[in-house]
Amino acid sequence: MSVDALKVNGLQKSFGKNYVLRGIDVVLEPGSVTVLMGANGAGKSTLVKVICGHHRADGGSMSLAGQPFDPADAADAIRQGVVTVHQSIDDGVIPDLDVANNLMLDRLVERGHGLFVRERHLRAEAAKVAAEMGIDVNLRARVSDLSVADRQMIAIARAMARAPKVLILDEPTSSLSATEADRLFALIERLREQGVAILYISHRMSDIRRIADRIIVMRDGAISGTFDTAPLDYEAAVTAMLGHRMTEVDVAVQSGTTPVLELANLRLSQAATPINLEARDGEVVALVGLLGSGKSRLAEILYGMARPTSGTVRINGADYAPRSVEDAVAKGVFMSPKDRSTNAVIPAFDIADNMTLPFLKGLSVGSFLKASRQKTRAQEMVGQLGIVCQSVGDGIGTLSGGNQQKVMIARWLLEPAKVLLLDEPFQGVDIGARRDIGRHIRATANGRATLVFLAEIDEALEIADRIVVMNEGAIVGEHKNQNVDLAALVADISGAQLTATGTHP
Amino acid sequence: MNDRLLDFAIRYGFLILLFGMVVYFSIAAPGFYGPLSAAFVLQSVAITGILALGVTCTLVVGGFDLSIGAVATSALMLSAYSMVILEHPTIVAVFLCLGMGALVGLINGLLIVKFRVPDLLATLGMMFLLIGLQRIPTQGNSIATGMTLTDGTVAEGTFSAAFLWLGRHRFDVVIDRLLPMPVVIFIGIAVLIWLFLGFTRHGRLMYAIGSNERAAALVGTPVNRYKIAAYMISGVTASIGGILLAARLGRGDIASGNNLLLDSVAAALIGFAVLGAARPNAFGTAIGALFVGILLQGMTMMNAPYYTQDFVKGAVLVAALVFTFYLSSRRSGTGH
Repeated sequence: MSVDALKVNGLQKSFGKNYVLRGIDVVLEPGSVTVLMGANGAGKSTLVKVICGHHRADGGSMSLAGQPFDPADAADAIRQGVVTVHQSIDDGVIPDLDVANNLMLDRLVERGHGLFVRERHLRAEAAKVAAEMGIDVNLRARVSDLSVADRQMIAIARAMARAPKVLILDEPTSSLSATEADRLFALIERLREQGVAILYISHRMSDIRRIADRIIVMRDGAISGTFDTAPLDYEAAVTAMLGHRMTEVDVAVQSGTTPVLELANLRLSQAATPINLEARDGEVVALVGLLGSGKSRLAEILYGMARPTSGTVRINGADYAPRSVEDAVAKGVFMSPKDRSTNAVIPAFDIADNMTLPFLKGLSVGSFLKASRQKTRAQEMVGQLGIVCQSVGDGIGTLSGGNQQKVMIARWLLEPAKVLLLDEPFQGVDIGARRDIGRHIRATANGRATLVFLAEIDEALEIADRIVVMNEGAIVGEHKNQNVDLAALVADISGAQLTATGTHP
Repeated sequence: MNDRLLDFAIRYGFLILLFGMVVYFSIAAPGFYGPLSAAFVLQSVAITGILALGVTCTLVVGGFDLSIGAVATSALMLSAYSMVILEHPTIVAVFLCLGMGALVGLINGLLIVKFRVPDLLATLGMMFLLIGLQRIPTQGNSIATGMTLTDGTVAEGTFSAAFLWLGRHRFDVVIDRLLPMPVVIFIGIAVLIWLFLGFTRHGRLMYAIGSNERAAALVGTPVNRYKIAAYMISGVTASIGGILLAARLGRGDIASGNNLLLDSVAAALIGFAVLGAARPNAFGTAIGALFVGILLQGMTMMNAPYYTQDFVKGAVLVAALVFTFYLSSRRSGTGH
């Protein structure tokens, strides 16, 4: 047998007190595709960054084709034969240069190539690389004019021009359409035949099914499962990724009273199956699904940021088709978005200003703000949610992540909502704050329908009355949060069967 | 203790410096301390200050307006053209100019918001466009009563007394005929913009846009409308500056107003350092304008040559920026 392409032994890495990698062992074999799975924050990216020379490991060792491998920096890793194509494609290409220049970029960086670019030579070389990779685009086209898939191919081709031993692809299909992804897979299969060891990072089950020879799963900085016997057990992999510790939170399940939000034959995109969903007064509905399952899209549609392809939404029996976020808020639909620091926090503002931002109108006389009223309202919420701060006049940046998130949630509890949407409300939040937020959401749930968009099963079990599973833009299962059949839930999430297998309430 | 000292320095350092400067000049330069000298300083900064207040609004929403100087000189030429050549009454001339300012602001805003042109480039383009446009009707000549027009006729109109009053009238405060009208207007606009940015919900939302545009949009703020409004405010204040300049000069002088853009931007940026705000604010902008005015007045009275003025302004600006950004970045670890 040939020697392993890359062997990782007991790799450790921490940032300050935060242990991100706790002794990782991974082996990559030549001519095989290893899929790396893991939820957000499991440590996948850190592992990749150590392998590709971006971070130095704190402990453990790596070897490449039997030789010790300890890259000094990213360039060194590439020189030794470990090439990475990062998630955001535009990190891998220079949009303003043409295809030929992009393909040859790494050669231009090498020393001893003289001062002047030998244009004709460069183009001939580029044409050769393109032909080898089966890339069929005009070499003189500017990369910024190409489709995402073409750009992706070029980034990979550029990587391949170095004849690497190991190729790492970080969520390469996250911005590709199905047909574009097919071209990528064809390319990957070709590389596999050439004997390259490929590490493929993805959340998309359909990709994984198609391409994986082996699956390794990370959770909390450690390997939580390795699957390499055919046929691969995809459901076990998802379980290993999400975990299903029974939670200590007891949810007194409500089935709600009158329907508030009704989705009828709503299609998220042209290809998606229509969605029908009803959310009732006093009910907390968790929508779970992997990345790309369509839950973000649904949230955007309900919040006026996107339009559905077809179908109708009704709130309290009246048609609801928001033209903008402003419109949605005016109609009583509030959303706390995911990624708080980019989408929610106003870094220059204090706690009171951050919290009251959407409802300044009600807190002013004419156009003039009543600072005292802002303060009182903010203080009330600080008390109710247990936000730890000196005063509501403190800068938002002085709070911990969990407390910042509480402020962002409190923002939308200031006024009564008809429909409250919470997109990943527990992102970057410690367990204590998570419980506080969950408890408060449930305690205030009467009088509105609450939809919580989540990737983690644990979190859904903690907060929801009903768990609705989405996959590929469709609803594939529904489970009442009472003696949930976890196996069936996991099967729905991983898309084992496209028909729902859950217990329907 | 050290943190508190640093905090104190960031908050009051600039005001203390301003106060120290006034004391120093009062002792060192005879005639500096007194109402006449004060009125002169205010007079010298009024128009720049008005423009600076406008650009402050665009800075608040995270934008920038390079066209203010050109809007002011366009208003200057337009008011002259309207009164001297077209012989409009005062009120028409004034409203033409204000309307022009608002229109330019609207176009700037639309270029930035709808056509996605980066703010610096959009307003730079507008600046060139206006500098060129204001010269076309008169073939690049200044406008004054009695000038010969292209068709051979002579411009008969004059600046009306009411218009000139805007730039030249002096109110009796402490001594007769002390406080010039432009200063009163400057103070009035400063108070208005201070109230608007600091104490209304519109101002608060504009700061939110400047700090995190996406987050502001996701709470339902009509971001585009506020951005356009900011550029329109900037355009209108710049045209007010231009009207006052025309009323003071009494002619449509093509060459005046060259320094307006840079001086007013400097004032707005110096304003970041006042009271440790580390962000654009109306009070800071007014103080920033005053700071430069006092410094130049004091130096002039101490016989510093005129050609050192720009150097001094630059030095003050760089110092204020270091003050703002370096010190507050060191402070950011320790809280608000």
